Amino acid sequence: MNMVNLTINNVKVSVKEDTSILQAAKQYSMNIPTLCYYEDLNIKSDCRVCVVEIDGKKGLTSACSTPVREGMVVNTNSPRVLNARKTIVELILSNHDTNCTTCVKNMKCELQSLARNLGIDENRFPSVFEKCDIDDNNPAIVRNPNLCIKCGRCVDVCNNVQGTSVLAILGRGHETRVSAVFDEDLNDDFCTFCGQCASVCPVGAITEKDDTDLVWHALTDPKKHVIVQVAPAVRVSLGEEVNQAIGTIVTGKMVTAMKILGFDQVFDTDFTADLTIIEEGNELIQRVTNGGILPMMTSCCPGWISYAEQRYPDILDHISSCKSPQQMFGALAKSYYPQKAGLDPKDVFVVSVMPCTAKKYEAKREEMSVDENSPDIDVVLTTRELGKMIKQMGINFENLKETPFDSPFGITTGAAAIFGATGGVMEAAIRTVYEVVNKKPLESLDFKELRGLEGIKEAEVNLGGSMVKVAVAHTLSMAKVLCDQVREGTSPYAFIEIMTCPGGCIGGGGQPYGTTNKVRQERIDSTYRLDASMTLRKSHENPEVIALYKDFLKEPLGELSHHLLHTHYSDRKNK
Amino acid sequence: MLKELLEKYEKKEDLLLEILLECQVVKSDHFISKDDIKEIADYLSIPESKVCSVLSFYTFFSDKPRGKYIIQVCKDIPCYISSDVNVLNIIEKELGIRVNETTSNKQFTLEYTSCLGCCEAGPVMRINDKIYTHLTADKIKAILSEYRVYM
Ligand code: SF4
Ligand code: SF4
Ligand code: SF4
Ligand code: FES
Ligand code: FES
Repeated sequence: MNMVNLTINNVKVSVKEDTSILQAAKQYSMNIPTLCYYEDLNIKSDCRVCVVEIDGKKGLTSACSTPVREGMVVNTNSPRVLNARKTIVELILSNHDTNCTTCVKNMKCELQSLARNLGIDENRFPSVFEKCDIDDNNPAIVRNPNLCIKCGRCVDVCNNVQGTSVLAILGRGHETRVSAVFDEDLNDDFCTFCGQCASVCPVGAITEKDDTDLVWHALTDPKKHVIVQVAPAVRVSLGEEVNQAIGTIVTGKMVTAMKILGFDQVFDTDFTADLTIIEEGNELIQRVTNGGILPMMTSCCPGWISYAEQRYPDILDHISSCKSPQQMFGALAKSYYPQKAGLDPKDVFVVSVMPCTAKKYEAKREEMSVDENSPDIDVVLTTRELGKMIKQMGINFENLKETPFDSPFGITTGAAAIFGATGGVMEAAIRTVYEVVNKKPLESLDFKELRGLEGIKEAEVNLGGSMVKVAVAHTLSMAKVLCDQVREGTSPYAFIEIMTCPGGCIGGGGQPYGTTNKVRQERIDSTYRLDASMTLRKSHENPEVIALYKDFLKEPLGELSHHLLHTHYSDRKNK
Repeated sequence: MLKELLEKYEKKEDLLLEILLECQVVKSDHFISKDDIKEIADYLSIPESKVCSVLSFYTFFSDKPRGKYIIQVCKDIPCYISSDVNVLNIIEKELGIRVNETTSNKQFTLEYTSCLGCCEAGPVMRINDKIYTHLTADKIKAILSEYRVYM
């Protein structure tokens, strides 16, 4: 590739052609501020915060959308540039609810940092801010239009990454607003609650519903026995919330921190991930051997389930009837666990820590309750909310000792650890299904072709002498491709894994802010490192899972399993 | 009714604007409803949010039922600066409705619009297709009473 030479702020630089001025400056440690720009998303270039001055050009140029040219002389911080930037930011602030201390994004807000870095201590423009209603009428996502700066990132993610087209830019001029279709509140008729919009919002205009108060309340209630489960993807990302390097594996310290917060027992969702593989693997074997409906599709991801119920109600039969690992845990936590621990199920308060906003919605679904009166999972927190609680408690995370998870949901395998990455559920399932069907050990446990950030991945496995094709998709726009094949009856696969979020749950809508493909890859690498480091790497070898069947469930797909661990889906399109 | 209208058009996204225009003219309440949006989006195989975006971008479209006469008051900066009279206020008082409302007899709907391209002659308003410039309090009252006569 050809190199282009130019000068940025008197520094001679040399970058690959087609690099934007923004990226070129960044490569040489000069950061140009941005607002609408987000790595991996389309370049919108509407905010004009990134303007720079180019010698010989009259107006200012936006750095995010302008490629470098040979001999260009760029100034990213001239008085003219600074004045333009300041004016833009002041105008935004004059139409903004600038109560930073009460905002969820306080100290994490890109607008706030921008104002600080530009030295805006006084606004030259009078406030024209008018308060409008906040949409918090669903269990997962809060949209506060009072904070929206109309950067369009959420609209881009929702339309182009997820293909869900829930959010849109409506109106124009002074009336421009970002809103859901028909200006309606977000609801489960059309929104999947994937939270990818929240993940990219530079300000506090879209966030998860904060449930930390409910958990603090339960933790201080002496009558409650409060237990918590932590999803696979949280241990490779929580570190970012507490100043650790991206991708740091923090499992042991995380458990210690949760003990300090006051949880009575800290359990691992990896345990029910292993259980999911046993149930789902057996369901697949049954479908293959009995001529059942194929391809079978995974059911761990509630964002995907909503999407299917809303837009593909005709293929719901293809989706495994297994509950997600979160909900399998919930069902056991309100049945098996109190029985074993000698507790009244009513006193057990179950918290989940998930990388996911859609899990907040999933936990509130009517079917997700074994006793029909109270939900199996009482509260779902995101990784970010757990980070917040750790900070509220004043825990010095770095210096914590490591603690193992509690029994009986504490022993897990590498197969469960990889659930958090796209392709992980499929790989875990193959490790088990292969050995159960072929009755011999797998030679290599690593299915490299199923790993990584490619949109759709495929593999072939020998099952009982015939080659079977499987596929993995992440993001809903990729899921659509596989769903259309299933709908048309042209799908060549026996088993399909679908995850809503880019990269799988490690890129979930509840993960630390600033998730880009680079960050996703680091979290994925840590996930597979974790798997490789474990003694047990196949779900069917998990001794606690084996004991659970022996003591309680009896057999996979048995009566009790059906009652506790399986569910059904409903058509939301033609209701 | 919408179905027949749609069938005249090719299933091309570029035709969205024309479809919306015809739909609004033909319909008795002169607005495009949620169901209409769904049907149009479905016909063109585009997301409903896309139709909403286009619809809300142009002030001559409405997603609420409207009266026979649609009064649109320009609220862009040039008109705002050129006026000593508060056009909107006067009309609101005269008709007893607020902006974005319709009189109970379904005669008048009052709305804002962005620039109508007559900035040098501000303040400006439009009633259906007709533009009125250089507005003063008396002029506004006179214009409104003219329409009342036609009621
Ligand atoms: S949660 Fe997901 S589907 Fe819903 S608006 Fe946000 S990005 Fe779109
Ligand atoms: S809600 Fe957030 S991401 Fe969406 S346009 Fe507003 S500021 Fe940007
Ligand atoms: S991929 Fe994971 S984080 Fe994203 S919606 Fe699905 S379950 Fe939640
Ligand atoms: S960041 Fe370049 S225009 Fe918004
Ligand atoms: S600003 Fe009112 S007509 Fe142009």
